[in-house]
Amino acid sequence: MSKPKVAFYWCASCGGCEEAVVDLAEGVLQVVDAVDICFWPCALDFKKSDVEAMADGEITACFINGAIRSSEQLEMAELVRRKSKVLVAFGSCAQQGGIPGLANLFDLKGVMETAYETTASTVNPDKTRPKTSHREGNHELTLPELWDTVHAVSQRIDVDYFIPGCPPTPKLLADAVNALLEGKLPPKGSILSPNMALCEQCPRKDSKPSDLAIKEFKRPHAHMIDPEKCLLAQGFLCMGPATRGGCESLCINGNMPCTGCFGPTDQVRDQGAKALSAIASAVGSNDEGEIENILKGIVDPVGTFYRYGLATSMLHRKKMPAKGA
Amino acid sequence: MRGNGDVRIGVYVCHCGSNIAATVDVEAVTRYAEELPNVALAREYKYMCSDPGQELIRKDIDENKLNRVIVAACSPLLHEHTFRHATEAAGLNAYYFQMVNIREHCSWVHDDRERATTKAKDLIRAATMRIVHHEALEPRKVAIRPEVLVVGGGVAGIQAALTLAAAGKHVYLVEKDATIGGHMAKFDKTFPTLDCSMCILAPKMTAVKASKNITLWTCSDVTRVEGYVGNFKVTVRRRPRYVIEDLCVGCSRCIDECLFKEGKFPDEWNLGLSKRKPVYIPFPQAVPPVALIDPAACIQLKTVKCKMTFVEACGERKAIDFDQKAEEKVIEVGAIIVATGFRAYDPTPLNRYGYGRLKDVYTALEVERLLNASGPTGGNLVRRSDNAKPKSVAILHCVGSRDENAHIYCSRVCCMYSLKLAHLIKEKTGAEVFNCYIDIRAFGKGYEEFYRRLMSEGVQFIRGKGAEVTDVAEELRERGKLVVSVEDTLLSRIRRIPVDMVVLAQALEAGADAAEVRRMFNISCSADGFFLEKHPKLAPVNTVADGVFLAGCCQGAKDIPDTVAQAGAAAGEALALIDAQFMMMEPNTASVTEDLCSGCRTCLPLCPYQAITRDEQKNKAVINEVLCKGCGTCVASCPSAAISQKLFTDAQIFSEIQGVMMHE
Ligand SMILES: Cc1cc2nc3c(=O)[nH]c(=O)nc-3n(C[C@H](O)[C@H](O)[C@H](O)COP(=O)(O)OP(=O)(O)OC[C@H]3O[C@@H](n4cnc5c(N)ncnc54)[C@H](O)[C@@H]3O)c2cc1C
Ligand code: SF4
Ligand code: SF4
Repeated sequence: MSKPKVAFYWCASCGGCEEAVVDLAEGVLQVVDAVDICFWPCALDFKKSDVEAMADGEITACFINGAIRSSEQLEMAELVRRKSKVLVAFGSCAQQGGIPGLANLFDLKGVMETAYETTASTVNPDKTRPKTSHREGNHELTLPELWDTVHAVSQRIDVDYFIPGCPPTPKLLADAVNALLEGKLPPKGSILSPNMALCEQCPRKDSKPSDLAIKEFKRPHAHMIDPEKCLLAQGFLCMGPATRGGCESLCINGNMPCTGCFGPTDQVRDQGAKALSAIASAVGSNDEGEIENILKGIVDPVGTFYRYGLATSMLHRKKMPAKGA
Repeated sequence: MRGNGDVRIGVYVCHCGSNIAATVDVEAVTRYAEELPNVALAREYKYMCSDPGQELIRKDIDENKLNRVIVAACSPLLHEHTFRHATEAAGLNAYYFQMVNIREHCSWVHDDRERATTKAKDLIRAATMRIVHHEALEPRKVAIRPEVLVVGGGVAGIQAALTLAAAGKHVYLVEKDATIGGHMAKFDKTFPTLDCSMCILAPKMTAVKASKNITLWTCSDVTRVEGYVGNFKVTVRRRPRYVIEDLCVGCSRCIDECLFKEGKFPDEWNLGLSKRKPVYIPFPQAVPPVALIDPAACIQLKTVKCKMTFVEACGERKAIDFDQKAEEKVIEVGAIIVATGFRAYDPTPLNRYGYGRLKDVYTALEVERLLNASGPTGGNLVRRSDNAKPKSVAILHCVGSRDENAHIYCSRVCCMYSLKLAHLIKEKTGAEVFNCYIDIRAFGKGYEEFYRRLMSEGVQFIRGKGAEVTDVAEELRERGKLVVSVEDTLLSRIRRIPVDMVVLAQALEAGADAAEVRRMFNISCSADGFFLEKHPKLAPVNTVADGVFLAGCCQGAKDIPDTVAQAGAAAGEALALIDAQFMMMEPNTASVTEDLCSGCRTCLPLCPYQAITRDEQKNKAVINEVLCKGCGTCVASCPSAAISQKLFTDAQIFSEIQGVMMHE
């Protein structure tokens, strides 16, 4: 009997998710043993044509990481979707848009202007910009088209499962592959991490007071952090209360507040909005002026509450000017 | 399939006569609603709240097997109950009903027919999407406390307290001053009947003291109000009197033996027109008839160096207690009547009338005291400047009322009390009295008759608002006099009237602490600063806060007859509420789904009713549904969405929002 075929693909991402696969260490060998990796552009030399040559549904499972923001990414995502029985959105970007999703605060023009013109380190007197096609003699070179809006994978193609995390822990991946091999998969659409906010498993949970009454929001780089005490109780904005657990409290154990990469729990529609109302109600003042001052301590509200989830949130993106306007 | 089978919605669009139909195309809305998903039928009707309107719903549930009902009509405040009832009458759970407000929220606030019609469609569409997620619910039965708090012991508070006490209810009467009685206890006589004010009020005051159903707390302030209709928790702070109320018999011996042989401190009761000692009783018929010590004046309290002769005078009673401290009382009541009265307008800012600058210019309230036999002069009306009886007096109406520089409203009683004062002044001094008025407002029973009587008594009436009072004489006859200039609009000429005394008929305005009181009791003020009734015609003693009622001048200037009538009405409303013993509450409580709660504690400190606790063992939040009032605060705060609220589930709210936003 031939081994089940598994594929890995990446879209708009940083490469960290690929690293998580490699981080399986001995585990990766077991996986390699049990399955046949048929496509993994980051690590192994396969071509698009190899995938095109496969029959539809021939791949047992494909793990896609990264968000979708270009024509090429969509084309590849649609291709592997067709060829795979099970498609897993792997990591925060694939699941929620992730860090690249913050580009939805701008439009393409603004992004390009910044990247190719206005940053301090840019030297580009001719204002050269990437183009989707270029003719050189008889040859036409093409590049994929980049879009205004970043999407999570499930906003463009049908997704069967989600593995959260920036990046996901090797354990979550190993568990998913094992469940796949054993045919013990949960209902379609499930997020493969416990449906419970981080606070529940947090090693510091007993030190969390009932009334936080936050008087000042502190930023981690500017203060010493007590390694035992609840971070919110110390005034560090921790997204733990509004973030799905299953991450093994890695950041907390590293003495850093949770930044929310696992996204919300199942029943929450908008992680940022929920975090915002929870944190805002923990502000320890009834005086409007004082409240305003305390909240000034949250320097980048969107980047704090919607760091990973902007693209899939109710906000989704900055309003685009009406067509033709 | 949901709850009770395939969703079959009936939509009823009401014309409300022309209230809705004039601005919203009801027919178009109905036709639109018919086509919406899950809608089994849609009808329009002239008055949905009428019996035949309600009958439509009943019949359709029966014959057309509806299992959801939407009525698009007025505010749910008015008729939600009606239609829930109709829904229930046909055997469907009342909470499968949803009301859409296309009157107050639509037809009444728009004039563009086309857009108002679109808005009505949007609102109905939202309701059809929301109602899919409705479930059968049962209202909750909550016990009502039988006690009532009355705040303010003027004639309004007294009347309300006595009425409730007579019905066998326990009343806490909280008065900030040392005695009850309010303004009425300061007057000599009352218009139009000229009965002696204290002769009719004192029996009521003593009845308060005597009633075993009334707990009277003077020198007291309400400092905190928690809870809700039927179950208020109120904190009252009792300031120290330094005299033990239960031991003092009001014999006045301590006052006689006080180190100060004469009064030295301005007597508040007499508006500073006389002096009192550091230990005093506000006036002879004060209730309670108990002395009090002014800590800012008493030598013992200030320096501990008094010879204490007055303490000896009290003797074995030992009623004087210098160690008395402010005391907090926490009471639970089912209803609250606010009867904090008014403040008499201080005319100092109206510089042209010279009050505070010209000695013989008085406020009406001061003259009430001067005319009063128990007042500072024993009832002799004499001038501040020379202790002489005035031979001529001018009374200027509308001081601070009907005046853009002060209050634009009419204080309603000033005309009448000015007539009363004119009569009393004339009677006591024989002086010539001039009333300068804009017009005489003698609206009440026997009032016009009283006005005529005054005219026949030879009181002078000059139609014109007093323009100025000056002591600068222009002619010989004005020397040493106060001169009132006024345009006599009947003669069309400016007159200068030299008099010995001027009385300013000051306005009645909202209490100094009205804004604070308003916040504490969660009620509103109207633009004039007085407390706002729920409806000017149909709910004149109710407020926006259920279970909080208004009586007397705190709601607006009025005379004693109206005050007493209103106090009776407020007592009646309170009685109707507490006598029911139980009330039905919306089943809109919140609850925590244990499996979803991470124990993050976000919700714990937020509940205004302390309904949330933490199960230490399980590390989960728990909501006591008996205490929950369905405010939704915790629901919004829970970052795990582990708390859900009946009638306002996420699914219901999100689909409703989505419905509104789905503009074609
Ligand atoms: C000069 C003058 C003459 C008048 N003459 C007549 C007349 O002849 N006939 C007539 O019908 N009407 C007359 N009126 C009107 C009459 O005074 C009112 O109708 C009547 O006093 C209203 O009673 P009340 O209980 O509402 O208010 P008030 O008499 O003002 O009593 C309010 C009480 O509440 C107390 N209080 C206030 N705030 C608080 C608080 N926060 N906590 C606890 N206690 C509080 C006050 O100390 C006071 O005891 C006259 C008014 C004026 C100004
Ligand atoms: S909804 Fe929540 S916060 Fe509001 S009363 Fe109920 S338990 Fe308390
Ligand atoms: S806020 Fe939500 S998750 Fe946190 S303790 Fe309360 S119910 Fe539980």
